[in-house]
Amino acid sequence: MKLTLHIWRQKARSNKGGFQLYTLADVSEHMSFLEMLDVLNEELVVKGEEPVHFEHDCREGICGCCGAVVNGEPHGPKSGTTLCQLHMRHFHDNDEIWIEPFRSKAFPILKDLIVDRGAFDRIIQVGGFIAVRTGSAPDANGITVSKESSDLAMDAAECIGCGACVASCPNGSASLFVSAKLSHLGLLPQGQPERLKRALAMIRTAEAEGFGYCSNYGECEAVCPKRIGIHHIARANCDFHKASFMVYQGTGGKAAVG
Amino acid sequence: MSALAAYWRSAVGKKMVMAVTGLILFAYVFVHMLGNLQLYAGDGGKAINEYAAFLHSTRAAPLLWAARIVLILCVVLHVWAAIVLTIQAWGARPVRYAKRVYREVGYAARTMVWSGPIIGAFIVYHILHLTCGSAGLPFQELRAYENVVNGFTLWYVSAFYIVAVLMLMLHFNHGLWSWFQTLGWSHPAQDRARRCVANLLTAIVVIGDLSFPIAVLAGLIKIPGGVA
Repeated sequence: MKLTLHIWRQKARSNKGGFQLYTLADVSEHMSFLEMLDVLNEELVVKGEEPVHFEHDCREGICGCCGAVVNGEPHGPKSGTTLCQLHMRHFHDNDEIWIEPFRSKAFPILKDLIVDRGAFDRIIQVGGFIAVRTGSAPDANGITVSKESSDLAMDAAECIGCGACVASCPNGSASLFVSAKLSHLGLLPQGQPERLKRALAMIRTAEAEGFGYCSNYGECEAVCPKRIGIHHIARANCDFHKASFMVYQGTGGKAAVG
Repeated sequence: MSALAAYWRSAVGKKMVMAVTGLILFAYVFVHMLGNLQLYAGDGGKAINEYAAFLHSTRAAPLLWAARIVLILCVVLHVWAAIVLTIQAWGARPVRYAKRVYREVGYAARTMVWSGPIIGAFIVYHILHLTCGSAGLPFQELRAYENVVNGFTLWYVSAFYIVAVLMLMLHFNHGLWSWFQTLGWSHPAQDRARRCVANLLTAIVVIGDLSFPIAVLAGLIKIPGGVA
């Protein structure tokens, strides 16, 4: 098939970007979206032009590296899939495709379609962990977990941190990502000791990074390649309300005097 | 106190304030609609005018002013939080998308920021019309029935009222559902139930409120013996 591509090109973070028009002939319907971009880049290299930069790693939908907004939808028009798992058979001959990077104040564009998602790492750093005793392996099944909690926690743990939730949210909110991490750890017994502190720290950090807040639009849930639900955001809110008034802060374990 | 200040500074805290004040304002609109159902008493306005007289009597004055103060406080907090949050949201995406397709965002959710100010403007006008009597429309102190009928007989008064109630419908529909989410009351098993509760409560208020101007225009509610 023949395609007309409008691709966002931007030299570096500080440069002004813009759309550039490319035409690509003989695109196989069996190609993935990223393979289609590979073919375009091969042509560009032959012509001595700068190839289109885009992030990718596993190309099997589990690493969370890839992602771009295709015709107005993060990861393209198919639901429950990453960009690398989107195949060209979902497009038609002579289609016009607009490809843009994920846009958010907290995700500065590094080059073309690559954005800096370091903000997500910094959110994880302040609470996305549990404290465990190191040494010999603990007994398997030593701690019991209910099936319901384990199911919900594993649903949340599917989050690959791709950032499509932020890209799709009209408010540029990272609430789905943050809440997935909070549910993933907070629903399991191992995550209890830091549960409230974690909610406070991760939600505050997300706000400080420049992400918006949740307006309960539900758009993130609709575009999430792992179909993570916004009920996790409600749980995160609940933990945040509790944490705001129940977590000791800076008293060194002693209750504040006076 | 510092915990409360930090809570208010956070967006989740402000959303909570919006949820709580929003629910109080909704409850008021609901009760207000129930009171106005007395327009249908078919007694030429005796019931609703006595109700109005009771609310404005010295006996009910402390209650009336307590309600007014709570409502004003709710409106101030609701609007304040909304403005701060909206500015924050607009700043979160400095460069807009060239193409944008929404899969899930509904019309009501996307227009909260516009339905809100329209409702606000309507409330000011509504109070000037039926509480202060200074909207340039026919008004007699404590004659609620006559004031409503004389007002809604004018098509443009009814039209503005209907538009405002439709805005209220959009605002409540998203707001009530959001309320569960912001409070943290959510589970996949209850998703449908939450949607139903929000739709049902919205429908009751909207159908009740819309019926008043329509009934006046249709001649179902009228002043016995013509214009008073």
